[in-house]
Amino acid sequence: MDVLVECKGLKKSYGKIPVIKELDLSLERGRIIGILGPNGSGKTTLIKILAGILNKNDGEVTISGKSIGIETKKIVSYLPERTYFSPNMRVKDTINFFEDFYEDFRRDRAEQMLESLNISKNSKIKQLSKGTREKVQLVLVMSREAEVYLLDEPMGGVDPAARDYILKTILTNYNENASVIITTHLISDVEKVLDDVVFIKNGEIVFHKDVDVIREEKNMSIDSLFREVFAC
Amino acid sequence: MEWNFDENTPIYLQIIEQIKKCIATGELQADEKLPAVRELAVTAGVNPNTMQKALSQLENEGYLYSIRTSGRYVSKQADKSQQLQKELTKQYADAFIENMKSLGYEKDEVVKILADYISGSK
Repeated sequence: MDVLVECKGLKKSYGKIPVIKELDLSLERGRIIGILGPNGSGKTTLIKILAGILNKNDGEVTISGKSIGIETKKIVSYLPERTYFSPNMRVKDTINFFEDFYEDFRRDRAEQMLESLNISKNSKIKQLSKGTREKVQLVLVMSREAEVYLLDEPMGGVDPAARDYILKTILTNYNENASVIITTHLISDVEKVLDDVVFIKNGEIVFHKDVDVIREEKNMSIDSLFREVFAC
Repeated sequence: MEWNFDENTPIYLQIIEQIKKCIATGELQADEKLPAVRELAVTAGVNPNTMQKALSQLENEGYLYSIRTSGRYVSKQADKSQQLQKELTKQYADAFIENMKSLGYEKDEVVKILADYISGSK
């Protein structure tokens, strides 16, 4: 199998508090993978390490065989939990910004998606609602021809109809060479599009499985399984 | 094609069932070309790998055939669609009888109820 993302013995702590403990994970190309876990399980920390925003304390992390750094940032498209554009920017400025910054950015794709979402390129970021801002951010991230898409809570603030659109956007825009890694609490919304799920708890992997294998073995949805595994 | 999924059973099995049903009902005709995998995946809102898996299995079972570079088509064996109809008929009948049994009816009572129902609805 062609491994795209690999973590070996990954450790990360904030001060004395361990957040990720000896984590081993290997993810293949061409898959859509859900990283699911309760609040504080280390999902966002893991994503940020893969994105190159946080440094690991110990272990090995590679993407497409390369250690995290400039070379991996070129092939990783990251959607953070919060949008980061300056409120005074217009939507078209953010497009220019991405085009200037990333070699693999496809302007036509971004413009076409914004049009189908009825988002005007002349709007200022501060004039947009929270959900619309998130959509703009996602459009930009998915308009890159990356090898890894890291989507941290891509549907947190948007309505159900827009969630469907976002899932479609994800399905149409990634290719066989790329993988999409999604963290979310809205499991029932995403589970149909996932290949694999990784359940994570207290910085450790509970299991990593093919979703249809789970449905076959347990006769339950990923959402129900999550509720069972992480019952409080 | 309309897609409906229940999330407790594997999605690829449900895709297989639903395509078989379309063949049985004639919604999909012999030699009709299917849309590309990705297109089907997007309209069904499922993962392309899942769609691929379902279509490959249907091909192995002989319901579909593919022509290199051109795409996937519905096989034209008419007996298949009759066989499918039989399969589905059995499936629906089983489900109905099961439900009636759970209400406490015996098999011969079910026949009478059904006969009454049909003559009543005329």
